[in-house]
Amino acid sequence: MWTAVITIAAIGLVAGVGLSFASRRLPSRAGGLVEQVNDLLPQTQCAQCGYPGCRPFAAAVVQGAAAINLCPPGGEETVRHLADLLGREIIPLAASVEPAIAIIDESLCIGCTHCRNACPVDAIVGAHQLMHTVIESECTGCELCVAPCPVDCISMRPLA
Amino acid sequence: MSAPTYDLGHLHGGLRLPANKSVSTGQPVLEVPVPSQLVLPITQHVGDPAQPVVGIGEHVLKGQLIAEPDETLGAPVHASSSGKVIAIEPWPVARRHGETAPCIIIECDGRDAAIQRVEAPVDFTALAPDDLLKTILQGGIVGLGGAVFPTAQKLMQARTSTIDHLILNGVECEPYISCDDLLMREHAGEIISGAQILMHALQVDACFIAVESDKPDAIRSLADVLGEINDDRIILKKVPTIYPSGGEDQLVQLVTNREVPSGGLPSDVACLVQNVATAAAIHDWIIDNQPLISRVTTVTGDGMANHLNVRARIGTTIGDIVGQVGGYTDCAEQLIIGGPMTGKSVSTDRVPLVKATNCILVMAKMPFPGPQLPCIRCGDCASVCPVQLLPQQLFWYACADDEDKLRDFGLMDCIECGCCDLVCPSHIPLTADFRVAKGRIRELADEKARAARSRLRFEARNDRMEREKIEREAELAQQKVSAKKAGPSAIAEILKRKKLEREDDE
Repeated sequence: MWTAVITIAAIGLVAGVGLSFASRRLPSRAGGLVEQVNDLLPQTQCAQCGYPGCRPFAAAVVQGAAAINLCPPGGEETVRHLADLLGREIIPLAASVEPAIAIIDESLCIGCTHCRNACPVDAIVGAHQLMHTVIESECTGCELCVAPCPVDCISMRPLA
Repeated sequence: MSAPTYDLGHLHGGLRLPANKSVSTGQPVLEVPVPSQLVLPITQHVGDPAQPVVGIGEHVLKGQLIAEPDETLGAPVHASSSGKVIAIEPWPVARRHGETAPCIIIECDGRDAAIQRVEAPVDFTALAPDDLLKTILQGGIVGLGGAVFPTAQKLMQARTSTIDHLILNGVECEPYISCDDLLMREHAGEIISGAQILMHALQVDACFIAVESDKPDAIRSLADVLGEINDDRIILKKVPTIYPSGGEDQLVQLVTNREVPSGGLPSDVACLVQNVATAAAIHDWIIDNQPLISRVTTVTGDGMANHLNVRARIGTTIGDIVGQVGGYTDCAEQLIIGGPMTGKSVSTDRVPLVKATNCILVMAKMPFPGPQLPCIRCGDCASVCPVQLLPQQLFWYACADDEDKLRDFGLMDCIECGCCDLVCPSHIPLTADFRVAKGRIRELADEKARAARSRLRFEARNDRMEREKIEREAELAQQKVSAKKAGPSAIAEILKRKKLEREDDE
């Protein structure tokens, strides 16, 4: 009988030491989880969730500070994937947006570079006091360039 | 030599459909005269549109290059007859997405004058395979079985892996269509010559020509030519008359008993499949210096007065062709470009004949099959699926928009043959649903790629801003140090200069 008790105790000890070592030394899973959540986000960097970009939002979601339905460009799809990944309830989207891209009315542009500096993905090109334009294929439709424009020459054009 | 062999691999599922072919094989191929106007879409192939290289008002000759692909996937387009380019504009076309496409419109002058080619016809056996492929690329040749993949690029892709068998597809399993049958009967020599060119280009020395067992005349005429030329590298194979035995992967399985892996290509099992009409087009280009400017197509269906095969110039409108062969009957209701299973229904006969058009099917009013009912899980669809998918299960997930599950269950391997639709007792349009779901999956993959790129750009931008900030701070620190070194009088000097500059500006 003692052999059994000692064996079980030894296994328990070894496993306990192993687990405590792993939890302290190995990188925690939270970092990896933030990356996984970030991968599911549309990367528009639009800040419509209230966080300054997709990764900060991902971190907030993992910590539980943000709800999973705050990403309008991601749509229902993203809510569903986030719910699957994090084991939470699927909830309706807080707000939705139609996919669109920014377009600069080049005849009005004064070349102030404000929009260029606001673009999170460097999709606007143009030098100081020269006309600017949007690289269509790179625009994520985040609308961050619309507000800074002093002459209101940027509009959002819906995609298809 | 070469009595057709009949040793075959196994084809799962499939259907024996009423062929409806004999009505259109009764008479020889009729040459349709050049129409007064040609409509040539710049996209007649898989890949990016070719870019027009002629201007409006320019006079072009038969066989002249009028649109050229860029470096990516594509095939050139040639003028099918001589005349004046009168417009480059959107025109109705028969294709899956969208109703119109940009077309080059040529008003024919009736002289049908051909362009003088500088290069004389070459002896292809003297050419290196890669040079031969480059020559084939210029002929505007695409897969004429219906998929219209640029042939030269398919061959180039195949050259990157080991190929031991060339398979010429003369199966033509879809009901009503008989253009390849007639081509094999009348132009067996060209097809076999094309096979020899292809074998040289691929450096293989085994070729199967697969023909469905219900085409004895085609088999006989191919066997006759093979007997004459005595090329024992080419073997004629008879395959059973089961739809869709002419699907690329299905044919490889039937003829070589090798299964093309999921998501793979026939080149993964060392095979390359080309349609017989493509082989004939390659012969026309390499030996006769004639680019792909005409093709044989079947004109048939209850709504047609005559049922026959015609050779028409690419760009002739369907209306012109129908007018030349006797017109519609009173009961004509529906125009389908392609066969009844995989064709596309169009609303106007102004659409042009393109490289892909293997059949012009005019149907009388089709009986309404009945309303769509719930799936009863009978499993008939799974037993006929040639790719061994589970359509009822896929339907379930397609309804639920569950893209991950659809992918797991192999939706992307669906060849859209339409067998499951036909046997479904509940009349569920499964193929149409699958087509939509496939489009959605592709769209999601695109979005994913886009997101990854945005993320890279975002991170690159953040890195750059961080770097700039550090550099600016370093510069400021530097300036502070040098200012301290210069002493207070120098600073006062600088400030005074700056103030003057500001006043000047104002």
